[in-house]
Amino acid sequence: MALFDYAPAPENRDIANLKAHYRPFIGGEFVDGNGEPLKTINPANGEVLAEVSTVDGSDIDRAVQAARTAYEKTWRRMPGSERAKYLFRLARLIQERARELAVLETLDNGKPIKESRDVDIPTAAAHFFYHAGWADKLSYAGYGPDPQPLGVAGQVIPWNFPLLMLAWKIAPALACGNTVVLKPAETTPLTALVFGELCQQAGLPPGVVNIVPGAGDVGAALVGHAGVDKVAFTGSTEVGKIIQRQLAGTGKKMTMELGGKAANIVFDDAPLDQAVEGIVNGIFFNQGHVCCAGSRLLVQESIADELLEKLRYRVSTLRLGDPLDKNTDVGAINSAEQLAKIRDLVASGEAEGAERWTSPCPLPEKGFFFAPTVFSGVQASMRIAREEIFGPVLSVLTFRTPQEAVTKANNTPYGLSAGIWTEKGSRILWMTSQLRAGVVWANTFNRFDPTAPFGGYQESGFGREGGRAGLEAYLDV
Amino acid sequence: MPQAALSGLDEARRDESSLRRFLNGLPGVDQVGVEQRAAGLATRSIKKASKLWALDTAISMVDLTTLEGADTVGTVRSLCAKARRPDPERPETPQVAAVCVYPDLVATAVEALAGTGIGVASVATAFPSGRSNLDVKLADTKLAVESGATEVDMVIDRGAFLSGRYGAVFDEITAVKQACGDAHLKVILETGELVTYDNVRKASWLALLAGADFIKTSTGKVQPAATLPVTHVMLQAVRDWYTATGELRGVKPAGGIRSAKDAIRYLVAVNEVAGEEWLTPKLFRFGASSLLNDLLLQRRTQLDGHYSGPDYVTVN
Repeated sequence: MALFDYAPAPENRDIANLKAHYRPFIGGEFVDGNGEPLKTINPANGEVLAEVSTVDGSDIDRAVQAARTAYEKTWRRMPGSERAKYLFRLARLIQERARELAVLETLDNGKPIKESRDVDIPTAAAHFFYHAGWADKLSYAGYGPDPQPLGVAGQVIPWNFPLLMLAWKIAPALACGNTVVLKPAETTPLTALVFGELCQQAGLPPGVVNIVPGAGDVGAALVGHAGVDKVAFTGSTEVGKIIQRQLAGTGKKMTMELGGKAANIVFDDAPLDQAVEGIVNGIFFNQGHVCCAGSRLLVQESIADELLEKLRYRVSTLRLGDPLDKNTDVGAINSAEQLAKIRDLVASGEAEGAERWTSPCPLPEKGFFFAPTVFSGVQASMRIAREEIFGPVLSVLTFRTPQEAVTKANNTPYGLSAGIWTEKGSRILWMTSQLRAGVVWANTFNRFDPTAPFGGYQESGFGREGGRAGLEAYLDV
Repeated sequence: MPQAALSGLDEARRDESSLRRFLNGLPGVDQVGVEQRAAGLATRSIKKASKLWALDTAISMVDLTTLEGADTVGTVRSLCAKARRPDPERPETPQVAAVCVYPDLVATAVEALAGTGIGVASVATAFPSGRSNLDVKLADTKLAVESGATEVDMVIDRGAFLSGRYGAVFDEITAVKQACGDAHLKVILETGELVTYDNVRKASWLALLAGADFIKTSTGKVQPAATLPVTHVMLQAVRDWYTATGELRGVKPAGGIRSAKDAIRYLVAVNEVAGEEWLTPKLFRFGASSLLNDLLLQRRTQLDGHYSGPDYVTVN
């Protein structure tokens, strides 16, 4: 037993105001969906949290119709300064109910409470605040004197940052004058449905926001719906490709934010201790369920041993366990399916001859957990160096020269993000111009801000979210 | 790795230019990164049994300090009495680690603490500015040691450090170390005057190379004194030193730590940055005067289940 053993400091789960049943939010009302109800579980212990009524095709028709009516009759006609008031209100409501939303997010998703409390919910509010500011300034965004909205946006979001991804999608769409039908992920629908309550509290005109829970078939029906003018998807590259095939030739405008296999590149002159922090933050933040996770560590050969020794010590101090405990650093894997995928890729890493090191932290008996794992001696041809693992598993490769680092970093079908660690400013600028990645962090990693555009190259998708560039996705330009 | 590092450290000590090469070759500290990490660790929630343990441990790590021009034999005696029995109504409360005074009052403290096992620390070397010559500094140290100090808290020559005369700082520390004899040497970096984290890391390694048993943040006479990120950098240095040499050296943040909450944050940093080996008064101290009372009050709160007031602990 450790000398300084932190007593459990769990956040009170009652704060989540968990209900037994949740229903779709259509036309400003919570209504029963006609789809097969689903049960959403707490990945930290496998217990059922709530039953969620899902939608079928007829409900999607209703939702899209509600969004269309709201778009034509109120939202697109409303002056930007009025739309802004609603967005500001939503932002403040997220802040007011931040603790409730954080606990609910942690219950449904499995992420540590300190992350939902300190990152997810505040950043979601920040996105509404930021875009509220744009609503009456679109004429000055650089897209012409009077840019017009697109219409009804069909949005499908993933399970890794449920409320935050909702904010990334809904805030710019609404600011630009669009109305939305959003499908939250099958395993994490709860905060999105509570967001429906916030829309009611804010007095948002009915139909401007519609939330339709369900599985992949609901998503397919939504994005393929004839009444949807714009499709925004965040999720796996595999599904992104299916959607693009489905929508080819329909003329619908699309943005895709897909997978990634980001390189986190550490040079020998880097601030080593902070690089270690950045590596840990890059891959173990949110259990590695981050599309822009720094899942490939490229480290200069001359410091590889020293860095790995420091990294292993640091990773062994990560506290894995009950996500509601305020001292938990690494929470639960979101689903049994995802856990199986991580195990499969880790097994392939061992079989292909990479050297596995796993944190000796104890694993809870119940729930889906995976101990932080670092693979060294990884070769570029191995599956763990090429495929997105989407879990707390880091693959370490080495390089000798800056050019080699660039070549290795770019040698992936993805291109979402990258990190550079060096004290040399000129090298940062040179690397940034060479790397094919939508986001490049210098001496930091996984920092998100609504003012900074986010998006990918190649199979990581297209279109940007956040910043001025993100408005383009929701304007007819 | 440790073998190679060891010979590297011997090399660093060879002459001034190798020392300079070594210190300039240390990896930098990213300000944003270290401050973020320190702030992140400060959100740890320490409750119940672990809080009580932390409070007791923090009490046992206090260097109860009085460093005022107005100090008298009387104030030192009463401080020593407090050090022996911090909370007279709760005799099981741990004693503090040491009492820290100016050299001329060491004899008083030694007498008052005889037989308690509590250390007597004395500041020396023209504390707090360090502005004098080596002979005076050594005489100052000698006064403290001959009066019975078991620990000496010296200040480095910040002027020499900042102007890049690392060799001068190194030689001064080695000379004082020698003058200390069996007394433990704590080297005060005065991080508030070094300003950058890079300097703090360099000065930490410089002091460790020169034989410091402890590296200490501040005199308490300069603002800012101890901060979490600075202590973080120093804890990282002693951990790296341990990795390289197998030797355990201590860290002492001093000045500005007033609340039990702060103290617990420091202990969390010790636990997670340096490691649990450092969770002992042998390797971690708080230089403080008012901190002790808040620790005692919080300790009572934990045991009694309700808050008591400042009138329930002694003022000194």
